[in-house]
Amino acid sequence: MSISFTLNGRSQTVDVPPEMPLLWAIRDVIGLTGTKYGCGMAQCGACTVHLDGQAVRSCSVPLSAAAGKAVTTIEGLSADGSHPLQKAWVAEQVPQCGYCQSGQIMQAAALLATTPQPTDAEIDSAMAGNICRCGTYSRIRAAIHLAAKEA
Amino acid sequence: MTTSFSRREFLGTGGLALAVTALPLRRLAAIPAGASAARALAPSAFVEITPDGVVSVWVTKSDMGQGVRTALPMILADELEADWSKVQVIQADAHPRYGEMGTGGSSSVASLWDPLRQAGAQAREMLIAAAAERWGVAPSECRARSSVVEHPSTGGRFSYGDLVNRAALLPVPENPKLKDPSEFRLIGTDLPGVDTKDKVTGKAQYGIDVVVPGMRYAVIARCPVFGGTMQGHDPAKALAVPGVLAVIEVPSGAAVIATGTWAAMEGRKALECRWDEGPAAQLDSHKISRQLHGRAAMAGALARNDGDALGTIAAAAKSLESTYEAPLLAHATMEPMNCVADVRPDRCEIWAPHQAPDWARNEVAGALGMTPEQVTVHTTLLGGGFGRRFLPEELIEAAQVSRLAGVPVKLVFTREDDMQRDWYRPMSVHRMAGGVNARGNVTGWLHRVVAPSISNQRWPGSVKNALDLDAVDGAADLRYDIPNLRVEYGMVTTPVPVSWWRSVYASQTCFANECFLDELAAAAGRDPLAVRQQLLAKSPRHLAVLNLAAEKAGWGTVPAGRAQGIAIHHFFSDAIVAEVAEVSIENGKVRVHTVTCAVDCGLAVNPGNVRYQIESGVIYGLSAALYGEITIEKGRVKQSNFHDYPVLRMPDVPVVEVHIVPSAESPKGVGEPGLPPIAPAVANAVARLTGTRVRKLPIVV
Repeated sequence: MSISFTLNGRSQTVDVPPEMPLLWAIRDVIGLTGTKYGCGMAQCGACTVHLDGQAVRSCSVPLSAAAGKAVTTIEGLSADGSHPLQKAWVAEQVPQCGYCQSGQIMQAAALLATTPQPTDAEIDSAMAGNICRCGTYSRIRAAIHLAAKEA
Repeated sequence: MTTSFSRREFLGTGGLALAVTALPLRRLAAIPAGASAARALAPSAFVEITPDGVVSVWVTKSDMGQGVRTALPMILADELEADWSKVQVIQADAHPRYGEMGTGGSSSVASLWDPLRQAGAQAREMLIAAAAERWGVAPSECRARSSVVEHPSTGGRFSYGDLVNRAALLPVPENPKLKDPSEFRLIGTDLPGVDTKDKVTGKAQYGIDVVVPGMRYAVIARCPVFGGTMQGHDPAKALAVPGVLAVIEVPSGAAVIATGTWAAMEGRKALECRWDEGPAAQLDSHKISRQLHGRAAMAGALARNDGDALGTIAAAAKSLESTYEAPLLAHATMEPMNCVADVRPDRCEIWAPHQAPDWARNEVAGALGMTPEQVTVHTTLLGGGFGRRFLPEELIEAAQVSRLAGVPVKLVFTREDDMQRDWYRPMSVHRMAGGVNARGNVTGWLHRVVAPSISNQRWPGSVKNALDLDAVDGAADLRYDIPNLRVEYGMVTTPVPVSWWRSVYASQTCFANECFLDELAAAAGRDPLAVRQQLLAKSPRHLAVLNLAAEKAGWGTVPAGRAQGIAIHHFFSDAIVAEVAEVSIENGKVRVHTVTCAVDCGLAVNPGNVRYQIESGVIYGLSAALYGEITIEKGRVKQSNFHDYPVLRMPDVPVVEVHIVPSAESPKGVGEPGLPPIAPAVANAVARLTGTRVRKLPIVV
């Protein structure tokens, strides 16, 4: 079955089972690998993308739910890494292994879209679904504050 | 071994409308050292300078987040006096020319400190010699700065790129003069990570991101019980899943091969398997615990025996006995295990996020009946390692699947596979006994470590005289000045696969040491810090670290409702770390507010990264201390994903402060030593709050 949606501003049509999670359509079918697989059950946030501007766990969203909608992945957040969050992530040297950071940044971008000047508590609450095993949490929080200040 | 498809049918299914993209491997691509030697200076396997001035540095260790892809080139580039902006980092493929490539034991910077300085200095001296020759002056009149050789008295300047042709023909100096540390320009600075930008734009390539032409995806059904074997399978339902191409029996089970990861996962769900669960079918973690406690009641192999510990304890003014226990733990790296393998009749090519590509290369070659020269292993970035990625098993599995399928294959573990097919941190039991004399001094100490031996499980018979020195790491080399000190090891064997988990046995010995010392301090009515200061009085480095942590934490001053706990440890990484945790109990749960760390790691090559690694060890260790436990029922691992194997999340994270003791000693490893002290520091604080000692992990109040 063919399903059409917009990915990072470009229309896409893929011919895969409609129940295929958005994550795997993005990674295996379309070939954008910045969105990561971590748990497959919306527990870790590594696969976070935007669906019509909302942060969703793409591992748990069937492709059919994306039909006709706009999907943004880390590759589409900015053309050149110039999104305030990406710049803040570099300034604060947030990543260690880096595997979770696409999801962290996409989650943070959704937070700033609705809450441009978040408090620590608002950041903690919004980011609680995103796991980092390297333990970069404090720098993630600092980078979100920095991006909020610079934006 | 059976295959449930005809090879021709399988190979004929390549026409599915899937966009399989061959993404370039970017900077991780393999370029053999000296490939362009005719016009390049490459005096060692670590570095090559080309006429365009680009300085390529081969990183021979794996980067799992600890930052070796930045720190190692910094060391070489500093000695080379290279312009950092012209340094290109290349991940080395597995090859003996690079020496030991296994990335563990917090050893990368420490073990390569001298070789990389030497390599940088060699190239620098050759470039200076080439320039001096052109000017007709003595090399001693020239100096190198920022990829330029200068002759200060005449103002002469040659860029490195202009010199490489001539320099490449000069003899390689055997003993180049190393820089004085006062002249370090890069070492000691907080240079940003070389991969940071790629990691925030989605371009960084991990193993799971590798795509090669014609590649298929595989998920393996393995027996849920350790040591069990496949009796047979019915592939019909799996083959009915769209995208599933084949089901192949492999040594570890049955591989579902598909056009994509999801189809392979769905196919495995549908696959009907029959297992012979084998002798571990009734295995239970409670039984293992009882087995360990039983062993702890008997004497173990002697690892250290100063004075007369047992006699001193028996005759002491006050004597105590306690037993500590630490559970099985999973590594739970963010990137689940995976590997891409392309096996042809005469060669094998592998792309993997791996900590020991050289060992894996040999193991894969052995499994395939090839020579190591026929096997190429490319190392990608690792989405976490923590010891889990040292093992060759996934690479062997992927190679076996690729060979049997006749196509390149990406083997992927689901999160459930990753958690239930780990090689776990062993469970351990620690029998402690101690004596305090009438003046309140600790005069006797017994630490009996009981745990499975990782080495003996992997290499049966490798442990001699039932004494695995790894298992008593941080126990037998206890730095406290206790005159009567006895350390024993009781080896047990269990069917649970075990391996190295960040800081390995030190994560357990430190918990037992530091909690029990607090028990002795309490029995003597003394302050835990004062007791440690006295026992470390003859170890100035340790005392300095301890005092720095205590001072920065404001030891002894806490808000109402909170308590502090302190711990210090020194083990194989050779860095010394002390931590003070400030803790409260809120709604029946442990809340860690701040962790103040002091570290002596010798010279800090990248101080910003040193602080970050210690912080990382604290957070990883705190997840384990508060939540970490793998349990086994009926031979099966009960936990499967992050909902039942919880880890620290942002709202739970304490403020972690890291203070580095200035040092001119050679660098020590920092990837692991932040971890061991956190569990006892928190446990000691909790005991102060509740009045009940914590003797079992994870900490429950």
